[in-house]
Amino acid sequence: MATVALQSLRKSFGKTDVIHGIDIDIADGEFIVIVGPSGCGKSTLLRMVAGLETVSSGEVQIGGRRVNDVEPMDRDIAMVFQNYALYPHMSVFDNMAYGLKIAKVPKPEIAERVETAAKLLQLEPYLQRKPRELSGGQRQRVAMGRAIVRKPAVFLFDEPLSNLDAKLRVQMRLEIKALQRELGVTALYVTHDQVEAMTLADRMIVMNGGVADQIGAPLDVYANPATEFVAGFIGSPPTNFLDAALVGEQGGRIGIRPEHIRLDAAGRLTATVGYAEALGAETLVHLRTEDGTQITVRQDATLPIPGEGESRGLVWESASAMRFDAEGRRVAAG
Amino acid sequence: MEKRVTFKGLWLPLLLIAPQIVITAVFFFYPAGQAIWQSLFIPDPFGLSMQWVGLGNFEYLFSDRFYRASFVTTAIFSILVTLVSMGVALYLAVLADRLIKGSGAYRTLLIWPYAVAPAVAGVLWLFMFNTRVGVVTWYLGLLGYDWNHVLNEGEAMGLVVVASAWGRISYNFLFFLAGLQAIPKSVIEAAAIDGARFWTRFRTIVWPLLSPTTFFLLVVNIIYAFFETFGVIHTITSGGPQQATTILVYKVYADGFVGQDLGSSAAQSVVLLVIVSLLTVVQFKYIERRVHY
Amino acid sequence: MADRNGMVEKRGGGLWLTHLGLIIGVAFIFFPIWLAFVASTVEQQAIVRPPMPLLPGDRLWENYSKALSAGVNAPVATMLVNSLIMALGIALGKIAISLLSAFAIVYFRFPGRKIFFWLIFLTLMLPVEVRIVPTFEVIANFGMLNSYSGLILPLVASATATFLFRQFFMTVPDELAEAARVDGARPMRFFVDILLPMSRTNIAALFVILFIYGWNQYLWPLLITTDPEMNTIVMGIKQMFPSGDDIADWPVIMATSILAMIPPVIVVIGMQKLFIRGLVESEK
Repeated sequence: MATVALQSLRKSFGKTDVIHGIDIDIADGEFIVIVGPSGCGKSTLLRMVAGLETVSSGEVQIGGRRVNDVEPMDRDIAMVFQNYALYPHMSVFDNMAYGLKIAKVPKPEIAERVETAAKLLQLEPYLQRKPRELSGGQRQRVAMGRAIVRKPAVFLFDEPLSNLDAKLRVQMRLEIKALQRELGVTALYVTHDQVEAMTLADRMIVMNGGVADQIGAPLDVYANPATEFVAGFIGSPPTNFLDAALVGEQGGRIGIRPEHIRLDAAGRLTATVGYAEALGAETLVHLRTEDGTQITVRQDATLPIPGEGESRGLVWESASAMRFDAEGRRVAAG
Repeated sequence: MEKRVTFKGLWLPLLLIAPQIVITAVFFFYPAGQAIWQSLFIPDPFGLSMQWVGLGNFEYLFSDRFYRASFVTTAIFSILVTLVSMGVALYLAVLADRLIKGSGAYRTLLIWPYAVAPAVAGVLWLFMFNTRVGVVTWYLGLLGYDWNHVLNEGEAMGLVVVASAWGRISYNFLFFLAGLQAIPKSVIEAAAIDGARFWTRFRTIVWPLLSPTTFFLLVVNIIYAFFETFGVIHTITSGGPQQATTILVYKVYADGFVGQDLGSSAAQSVVLLVIVSLLTVVQFKYIERRVHY
Repeated sequence: MADRNGMVEKRGGGLWLTHLGLIIGVAFIFFPIWLAFVASTVEQQAIVRPPMPLLPGDRLWENYSKALSAGVNAPVATMLVNSLIMALGIALGKIAISLLSAFAIVYFRFPGRKIFFWLIFLTLMLPVEVRIVPTFEVIANFGMLNSYSGLILPLVASATATFLFRQFFMTVPDELAEAARVDGARPMRFFVDILLPMSRTNIAALFVILFIYGWNQYLWPLLITTDPEMNTIVMGIKQMFPSGDDIADWPVIMATSILAMIPPVIVVIGMQKLFIRGLVESEK
């Protein structure tokens, strides 16, 4: 078990900066999710912690030790790759044992550790199979098993669920979280899926264009996004944005989450109803204001659904409106 | 195309690539350089010193009637070998492709000659057409035809062409069959529904779709006929009669090793070098397209 | 697949015509081989008084044992061993040095990488036929005439094999190398434990092609083996023909021709799938 610290971590490829300086102290046993759209640098960040990418400047510490120039295998980490990266010609057992063999762990201990991990992951019946004979979910488990047997201080996950179908993804998500709790290991988890981030993270790092826009607990980030980007990226359906001028305020933009807007006969703004999606427990109503801004309202299924083309007023509490300046930074309320 | 992941190190990769580079340098580049260098000199009659003649060897070479004739011979030979072997192979491949069952068995039977060395193929055909004991010669004699490739230039050329083409049929057959089987059957069925009969379908659909394979084989077969048929020529005709089957590669050998004319042989090597380079460029340009389709 | 051409092609008569055409083709392909086989099973007298028979005789054992043990200049058994050593040496040598250099080119960044790559590429333009005299001189200077190393080394560098392995290594997912690094594998360990086993099929397919390439070499052994004991079988056959007007010992020559074909034919037919794969891939 170990803490991880990133200090002013930067990465550039040639003249292009991809990571602009990240600082975070990760506590022992904490589950950190790095989330952001593709190309935001989240994978690069993880790979720098793994030692698969060199650090351009700044520092990576694992367990209080500077590891910038330490080989991946000596960093006390294990990694689960997006496409699992199982060795296709080796059995499940050999895949999981390979790192231990290289580390010259005695054979009986290798067998014991692999079997323990296999039991934990319900892989026991498959130990002699080749990866191609396994289903996607089973391969995913083998990749996890390979990480577990190393008994690493830090677990690194690079979009481990993105190759699975939706149902399996939800199931594996729960398993990963349970496993991490059980092993008490520090974890860094990269994903582009904000639902995964919300459900897994103790704290999340929301990345945007090589910058950590916000670091915080999921519900804090949701309730108090630091930037317009975070407000738009976290939450589904996304936050509604409108020009402040539209409601008679000065400069910048205003963001209101769909669940914070209520439809009424009249309100701060008037909009025309487009179509409505009845999801059962709730209904999403899509509207368009006079200047063409798209607004989504999430309302309880018990409320009446307005007809298409009808005009409605939009009502919200001032406290629930988030104000952003021209650069997209959050401006204190008031 | 580049790998994202690489290993660190300087000496290890150099060590890994060293065997190939050393062999390439010693047995490829040094001799090729020597050939170019020697082509600019002639040795004195006692072989003691070399005299600089500039492009003299090349001038002499191209003023040589036999050398110029060798170009024509090579051209005729290569074109005939390519046409005969590709023609027969395409015919067999089209037939095999029509079969639902059993094309695998025919394939197994037809790939044999690939394993037969050109020189051995030469001996087999020489045996059949031998002027004294050849069984084909004897039956031709019954029909009143007096076969004698030792004296008749046309017959000599015909024999080396057939022997060279025979060994190449397997290779062309395999590529044509693969090419034909890669054509989606739905396209052919659509043409059939449009009322096209077999020959129309072949001419308007199959042949155009097969053209990448055909072009590829054309280049590869010409290279084969140029450089890999030495064994056939050497065993059957030794370049004769009257140098009627002396292709360029055979002439380098005959002048360099039999005739000991090193300056001329070196100049011929350089000419061949230019020809291979051109053919390789053509082949590679095409191959690149093939890889990226 | 089963009904691939069911709708388009005629059945019955058309089908038989197709078979007939193919059988004629197979007969054309096989006739020379069959004739050689027949000639290797009869007495000399049956051949020198044409026409020779078209069915095998009863001298198979005598002719083959005479060829194998005595031959004309050297026993064919010796030549078979020479051919085998040359073919294996060329095939395995090419595969070994090509694997190593492809590994270096794909998985490392080192100064001169591009230049080395192009140097290897240029060897495509230098077949042995083009540089015979100077290459012969190099071998002579090294004292490698009439030696296995002289037979093998000049033919061992291969751009084709290097390109094939490079191409294959490029398709190996990057994550495998990364996983191996996280598992603690150093470059050579990754090469031996991961890359080599994954290349098995490619290596085998290439081996088939290269074995036949090596076995069927003619010009090069002709130049550098003057000692009959070092002759390879493919070039040795021609040496069996008498100079002048003597009559060739056809049964022994034809037995030798058949013997020269058997190993590569076994390789091609026995490893047909790998052979076809190797053929197609090495030409890409």
